[in-house]
Amino acid sequence: MSYIKPINHHPRLEKNKLGLTRRDYEGAISTLCAGCGHDSISACIIEACFQLNIEAYKVAKLSGIGCSSKAPAYFLNQSHGFNSVHGRMPSVATGANCANGDLLYLGISGDGDSASIGIGQFIHAIRRQINMVYFVENNGTYGLTKGQFSATNDLESKNKYGEDNLFKPIDLASMAIQLGASYVARSFSGDRDQLIPLIKGAIQHKGFALLDIISPCVTFNNHDSSTKSYDYIRNHNEAVGKTDFVPLGEEITTSYKSGSSVEVNLHDGSKIALEKVNSKFDPTNPGNSLNYIREKSEEGKLLTGLLYFDESSEDLHETLNLTKTPLNQLKQDELCPGEKALEIINESLS
Amino acid sequence: MLEPKSFQSIESVNDFVIKFANVNGTGSASANQMFAKAIFRMGIPVSPKNIFPSNIQGLPTWFEVRVSEKGYLGQRGGVDIAVAMNPQSYSKDIDEISEGGYLLYDSTWKRNFNRSDINIIEIPLTQLCVDSFKNPKQRALFKNIAYVGALSALMEIEYEVLEKIISEQFANKPSLIEPNIKALNLGRDYVLDNLDYPIGIKLSRRNLLENKILISGNEAAGLGAVYGGATFCSWYPITPSTSLAEGYEKYAKKYRVDEKSGKNLYASVQAEDELAAVGMAIGANWNGARAFTATSGPGISLMSEFLGLAYFAEIPLVIFNVQRGGPSTGMPTRTQQSDVLACAYASHGDTKHVLLFPADPKDCFDFSAKAFDLADQLQTPVFVVSDLDMGMNDWVCEKFDWDDSISYNRGKVLDYEDLEKLESYGRYLDSDNDGICYRTYPGTHPEKGAYFTRGTSHDEYARYTEDGNINAETLMRLMRKFRTASELVPEPLIEINGEDSCGIIFYGSSKPAVLEAKDILRTKNINVDLMQIRSFPFNLDVWEFIASHDRIYVVEQNRDSQMRTLIMAEGGISAEVLRPLVHFTGDPIEAAYIVNKISEREVNYKSHKNIKER
Ligand SMILES: Cc1ncc(C[n+]2csc(CCOP(=O)(O)OP(=O)(O)O)c2C)c(N)n1
Ligand code: SF4
Ligand SMILES: [Mg+2]
Repeated sequence: MSYIKPINHHPRLEKNKLGLTRRDYEGAISTLCAGCGHDSISACIIEACFQLNIEAYKVAKLSGIGCSSKAPAYFLNQSHGFNSVHGRMPSVATGANCANGDLLYLGISGDGDSASIGIGQFIHAIRRQINMVYFVENNGTYGLTKGQFSATNDLESKNKYGEDNLFKPIDLASMAIQLGASYVARSFSGDRDQLIPLIKGAIQHKGFALLDIISPCVTFNNHDSSTKSYDYIRNHNEAVGKTDFVPLGEEITTSYKSGSSVEVNLHDGSKIALEKVNSKFDPTNPGNSLNYIREKSEEGKLLTGLLYFDESSEDLHETLNLTKTPLNQLKQDELCPGEKALEIINESLS
Repeated sequence: MLEPKSFQSIESVNDFVIKFANVNGTGSASANQMFAKAIFRMGIPVSPKNIFPSNIQGLPTWFEVRVSEKGYLGQRGGVDIAVAMNPQSYSKDIDEISEGGYLLYDSTWKRNFNRSDINIIEIPLTQLCVDSFKNPKQRALFKNIAYVGALSALMEIEYEVLEKIISEQFANKPSLIEPNIKALNLGRDYVLDNLDYPIGIKLSRRNLLENKILISGNEAAGLGAVYGGATFCSWYPITPSTSLAEGYEKYAKKYRVDEKSGKNLYASVQAEDELAAVGMAIGANWNGARAFTATSGPGISLMSEFLGLAYFAEIPLVIFNVQRGGPSTGMPTRTQQSDVLACAYASHGDTKHVLLFPADPKDCFDFSAKAFDLADQLQTPVFVVSDLDMGMNDWVCEKFDWDDSISYNRGKVLDYEDLEKLESYGRYLDSDNDGICYRTYPGTHPEKGAYFTRGTSHDEYARYTEDGNINAETLMRLMRKFRTASELVPEPLIEINGEDSCGIIFYGSSKPAVLEAKDILRTKNINVDLMQIRSFPFNLDVWEFIASHDRIYVVEQNRDSQMRTLIMAEGGISAEVLRPLVHFTGDPIEAAYIVNKISEREVNYKSHKNIKER
């Protein structure tokens, strides 16, 4: 149970264009530990959906197993949720997405879920370019099974018993870029200002959007030696730039200073503006992105922000040449070839 | 000078077994199929079986065709004619030929075979093709067509029928018709010019197959899925199920592309493994599309975790398990019925699944389409359990039929209007007391009907609970649902043949062998009553049949008599009544095998009984 709920800075009863308040985007009361980073992420998802005027019932939230995977219960009560099996959310999301491309798919996963047991499905969901937002609530530990090492732990980090991690970490963001994910961002659960625009950008993006969000586990992985602790992250986090999402219908040109920003077009016509820390960084070039992440990692710093973006990607519906009408809404007369066709088939088999 | 024959040649019309011995990957399959199809077109019951290695090129492969005017189309055993095209397997192939039988071989390289009791037919097939075709590939490929041509003269296969099959087969590539016909004539003319013909084994048109078709179970099941309204198929390649997914795609490409937009009204995804395949199918079903996956034993093992989720969270799902030889990787290209228990109780915890057992390709079509209704009605995984023999071989079966006036049964799904009228919605409320609750699809209603699907213990409103009593109630409700299932699934087919008969229980591809065995047993004064099980859970008819017999042979193609175990476990039936009659070499079961086992034991039974009665 979270006794300390992430603080919402906005007036509670403000309404969005749908006439809904933030409360309408909430879920059940969280049963995660007080201060868990995962709850902060849920709050940002609520905020992003509120700001984007998302109709909650047109959202499907899917997850695997883990503390992180419980999170979908704690936001968007009016959405259908699916808490599947450990590491297998990507396949469930793939099938669901094929059945109805009109919904918004939010996949919630953990580092154990995505970087270990489910890494194969994670890879293939990217490869297939499922149109979804894929959250990895990355705490560098197995929260729900009480603090074992995960595959995203840094080499030198220690677990709760003070034992050393012996293996190099998997960097899911770099991996996703290599695999052709078309929107890859990294952030930190405690950085609402950065995270909310990144979530909004991911939601507006068509194609596979990965949000690798460092989300400290207060109970098992928040000690000094952990590289995924609050303090460690605050000190080592190097933001790529300030992401500021400009919703559709507003003047786009006024929200960022020219000269210091890269404009990134989103599929739905909206744009995301990236303020560059390093003027050489271009998030549309995968090689640049990978180098930048590695450079910073060699400096012991974690690069956050929008790391990679490709606006020209094709999603699975296009690749499979699927009809516009969702498959789950096709009627029998469109699906069944019928008696007459069967006569012809019988003929061809005799 | 010809020596007089020291043996009696086999003489028969429309009743024999011919076996083609080939090298895998040399293009023999289509020629062999053409041979079988021609017999089918002459209206004579025929059953071709491909006996192939788990190999792509080079190893021996066989194609065995039984022809039976009486319509006995199970594996028979014995070989009357061998077409030996593979020197690697000569010795085994020639040994198998029955006394008085025939051997046709490629005499480009002459051989002396150690059999003086068979007829040896020499045709220099390679030489003929080398002389007539320039392209080395064609030379190799057309050897096969040439022996079909030779057989047409030797066995009196109607030439026009073969000619027609070739022109149909290459309708899209007309330039190939002429060389194929040329190859056909090459073999045929050689026989007509150089050999005695016809031989003792002959074919003669009968027109017995008026309402029949020739098709494999997998293709039939794939077509059934198109008819059943499946819009999503996810699969991972595995013999012998691959051709099922391919069958679905073949027909979907034909019947499921929107004419106006050119867009697909179906999706088929080759997954990264079986876990993903079943996960995708579950995701699509959860979202209201009819979705399935096709696999074989090893895939079922991998899918098990997900199957428990679909069972417990109550998501419709159709799974085709085309069984092969197990355990483990086992005999990937041989047939068995050894996944019955693995399917019935797949996944950890208390789980039970609905199984359908087709017995021929017509059933594969019907049960495939029906499985989607059942899965939607019961909101649970439904397995269609076939096997390699019926899945991959062409079988003669009844023509498919379909009634356009019958609508799909999508089960209990609430739409916008239903939800509008509802005060409150609980996903797992059993309001009709049949164990089946009401689903909603995501995106239906802005305020009502959303719920959280989970594999963790949940209450009637789909909320997580650790209350053991609530969970126990859910498990009991699922049993109630399973009882409802027993009223919806196909009932057994029962045939009663007289008093004091023993019973035979069988299912799936054992059917032709059992039906033949029944006739043979009758000639030995052994009467058998038959029950063909077509589904699990078992309904009342199954228990009644068992109750009315004191001894029943359970015929199945696995070591452990799995169906018997299932019946005993589910019905508390005593082991004494149900007697295992198992066969598990990976070759299809034969009637003679069943006859031997039963007559042996029936003789014992009768003598015991006589002693007792005295
Ligand atoms: C097949 C299977 N194996 C193991 C588990 C036990 N298990 C539950 S959650 C979990 C790890 C979760 O770690 P992560 O995905 O990082 O989530 P977190 O709890 O850290 O948010 C494990 C190993 C399981 N549920 N299923
Ligand atoms: S154990 Fe860690 S990850 Fe799990 S709820 Fe508690 S703080 Fe969050
Ligand atoms: Mg974790």
